[in-house]
Amino acid sequence: MSKYFLKRLAMAVVTLLAIITITFILMHSVPGDPFANENKRMPEAVYQNLMKKYGLDKPYSHQYIMYLKNIARGDFGESMKSNTETVNEMIARGFPVSAQLGLQALIIALIFGPVLGAIAALYQNKLPDYISMIISIIGVSVPSFVMGSFLIQFIARNVDWIPIGGWGEWKHTILPSFALALMPLAQMARLMRSSMLEIIGQDYIKTAKSKGISRTAVIMKHAVRNAILPIISILGTTISNLLVGSFVIEKIFGIPGLGMFFTTSIYNRDYTLIMGVTVFYAIVLIAMLLLVDIAYTLIDPRIRLTEEGR
Amino acid sequence: MKADMAYTKEMFEKAPQELRDAEGIRRPSIKYWADVWRRLKQNKLAMVGLILLIVMGIMSFAGTQIAKFEYYEQNLTKINVKPNSEYWFGTDELGRDLFSRAWLGTRYSLIIGLLAAFIDFGIGVVYGGVAGMASRRVDAIMMRIAEVIYSIPYMLVVVLLSVVFSEAGSGTSMFVLILAMTITGWVPMANLVRGQVLQLKESEYSLASESLGASKGWILKKHIIPNTLGPILVNVTLTIPRAIFAEATLGFLGLGLQPPKPSLGTLANDGLAVMPIGLFYQILIPAILISLLMFAFNVLGDGLRDALDPRLRK
Amino acid sequence: MEKLLEVKDLAVSFQTFFGEVEAVRGISFHVDKKETVAIVGESGCGKSVTANSIMQLLPMPPAFYKHGQILFNGEDIVQKSEKEMQKIRGNQISMIFQDPMTSLNPTMKVGKQIVEGLIKHQNLSSQEAEKKAIEMLDLVSVPQPEKRIKQYPHEFSGGMRQRVMIALAMVSHPKLLIADEPTTALDVTVQAQILDLMKDIQDKFGTSIILITHDLGVVADMCDRVIVMYAGQLLEEGKVDEIFKNPKHPYTRKLLGSVPRLDMDRSETLYSIEGTPPDLYIPPKGCPFFDRCDQAMVVCKGHMPEREYHTDSHYSCCWLNHPMAKKAAEGSEI
Repeated sequence: MSKYFLKRLAMAVVTLLAIITITFILMHSVPGDPFANENKRMPEAVYQNLMKKYGLDKPYSHQYIMYLKNIARGDFGESMKSNTETVNEMIARGFPVSAQLGLQALIIALIFGPVLGAIAALYQNKLPDYISMIISIIGVSVPSFVMGSFLIQFIARNVDWIPIGGWGEWKHTILPSFALALMPLAQMARLMRSSMLEIIGQDYIKTAKSKGISRTAVIMKHAVRNAILPIISILGTTISNLLVGSFVIEKIFGIPGLGMFFTTSIYNRDYTLIMGVTVFYAIVLIAMLLLVDIAYTLIDPRIRLTEEGR
Repeated sequence: MKADMAYTKEMFEKAPQELRDAEGIRRPSIKYWADVWRRLKQNKLAMVGLILLIVMGIMSFAGTQIAKFEYYEQNLTKINVKPNSEYWFGTDELGRDLFSRAWLGTRYSLIIGLLAAFIDFGIGVVYGGVAGMASRRVDAIMMRIAEVIYSIPYMLVVVLLSVVFSEAGSGTSMFVLILAMTITGWVPMANLVRGQVLQLKESEYSLASESLGASKGWILKKHIIPNTLGPILVNVTLTIPRAIFAEATLGFLGLGLQPPKPSLGTLANDGLAVMPIGLFYQILIPAILISLLMFAFNVLGDGLRDALDPRLRK
Repeated sequence: MEKLLEVKDLAVSFQTFFGEVEAVRGISFHVDKKETVAIVGESGCGKSVTANSIMQLLPMPPAFYKHGQILFNGEDIVQKSEKEMQKIRGNQISMIFQDPMTSLNPTMKVGKQIVEGLIKHQNLSSQEAEKKAIEMLDLVSVPQPEKRIKQYPHEFSGGMRQRVMIALAMVSHPKLLIADEPTTALDVTVQAQILDLMKDIQDKFGTSIILITHDLGVVADMCDRVIVMYAGQLLEEGKVDEIFKNPKHPYTRKLLGSVPRLDMDRSETLYSIEGTPPDLYIPPKGCPFFDRCDQAMVVCKGHMPEREYHTDSHYSCCWLNHPMAKKAAEGSEI
């Protein structure tokens, strides 16, 4: 058991290192250096100072090790474009906003997705199936930026108390959460449906029926519990998708989250910020994947044994 | 015994061979792909998707031809014109014809999606095939590497690559977009191919055929290809919308194709900018087109998967 | 003897894309109290469909009862609603399935699975239920039952799981146990243990058993009567001795010829039956075994023979029973 977790942890660290390295290489392979593109010509001394300040005068290997050390200490460096905030401060400001948004969307998806999928499977080829499948096909087909702008156009503009954008009160979160939730919700509904249909054909469902327990008990205790396992296993990917979705949603609704900082830093070519946010995202995502993995092994008794047996 | 039946001596003679039909009457045997096609045709949603794709594919080329203006032509006296008989989809902030731009954007989206899926397919088949046939050790190492690559959040890499290989504010070249999308996209395909190869290498039915004296070529033709091609085809069909979606998202974030070339994502991005001043049609049109594309590929992929599932073949 | 179950002219079909599959075509048989009856046949002959239709466990649609009755204690199961069936399933009739590896829920503790039905039927408290589960596991010789009830199915071997399935099926002391190929998926040594166990349990509870199998070897020392099924129809039925010593139908004889025996001479050939059973999309009008029968006659194609009773308990459906067939055979031999 603990050996399994150690193995997963080692994998996570390797992945993280890979991401940091790729990020580092990519950011340093940008033609020219970050200050050469500035329109204003700066005095040579200032330029040298800047290069020194960001350690850009040192060899790459040295910079790489410095960067690793800094990340290990939780220091993502200073923003190259903002004089008032460090990368850490920006993350501290933006992340809670993004996390709240993401969490709300995840909860919406987790509640409605599996329910929709289970209903579809239980009423296969009947009206409820068609309705929930139409909802989920729309969900996977309509990109979140389309959904977001439609929600603004048709709901926020017509319902007085729902704001068009911004952040601060709970009512600001309603539309963005739904826009963000729709795609994972639809994916979960589809997965749940096919997994339910497969489980319903299993022998143990027949065994359960042969005991004479009610249809509801067969479905809830035997079918749903087993069918929900694949949903848990894709939670990692879902969280990753939510993150990408948040870039877009925060842009549309003007939400001051980490995604907004990230897209702005892309516009501004703020390399330390891009790197910092990328690595931070990677850490969060990999931690989530690890958590989901552990949760899965705790929920599915079969995995516990097979891993112990190894 | 029934009394009303007249028994004759001949009836109790040994049945001649012609009367026997050892295989019995079989249900009509249908060729594999014909059967797949038949089942696909029955799936109305998938057919809607297929027709939609054909129409949009044609329009992505014909649309720019029948448009009255070139996609880059600016007419500063006619900016932000709402759709009318002259400008069917209206014009944008620079007075460019959105009809022409929307269909060209569709073309780029389709090309990016198809190329990305094709490259994913190529890399995936080779990598997965090699891993599947290689020794256990090599296989384990290769799959670990793939696992690490796949757990790198795909959109982050795409964004990073687009940032690195494009100059500030000028958009990304199509090559970089496709590269970025395929860098992690091939992993599921590789997994799929490897799984199929492993399964088929030891599967009971190819073993069964072999023990019945079937040749390798026959096994390949009758078992391996139909069984592998199906899942791969489905995967490809579902990779295309993923790539289209990724490109659109990038375009929307300002990392799309270099202007003045339009993609559906950059068009939507431009449309978002003018939405606050009440020009909803500018985001509506690319939004509808991209949603239709995604919808068509998704339902076609689903339909194919259902049609190919041999377990349903009865 | 008192009849516990009586199946009368039962026909079950499946509606498929290609048309109706007539899986069971008008079969009649009965099971007495405390009796063990085997239904024997090749795979796809309709024996599992028969078993499942007694429990109303077939997915409907596509399956449907075409005609006939299934009288259990005099009440017709075909007419029962789902709610009424739930009171019978797992309570009066229980079932064991072929593959113990897949017939237990992988994510539910074994003890809970055993008593789940009983809790509903008898309104047990959880302590009583746990006690009952331990008792049952002990009865089916699963060691350390107190510990085992808290484990999951994957922690059990195949044979142990089938013991769990038997415990699960017998926990409510049903009047009828349907065992659908209970030993097919098990190792040979484990097979014998499971069969012994089933016999023990039957003696203890006085349960009737319907044993569905394609393995005549299993039948000999376990059953009272044997029913031979082929292509959805019954071809022969009789006491075990009658079937084994005096098989009448050519199909039964071929089935017996394909069973390996320990007392067999090495020079004796183990026969396999050539060909495959007919497709039930378009079932043959006459004797279904016609295509594979060495002794087939002109009359066999297109005319289904009726039951011919050789003793009170032994009948077969074959044109060879007809006096004119015997005459023809004698004639040709002279």
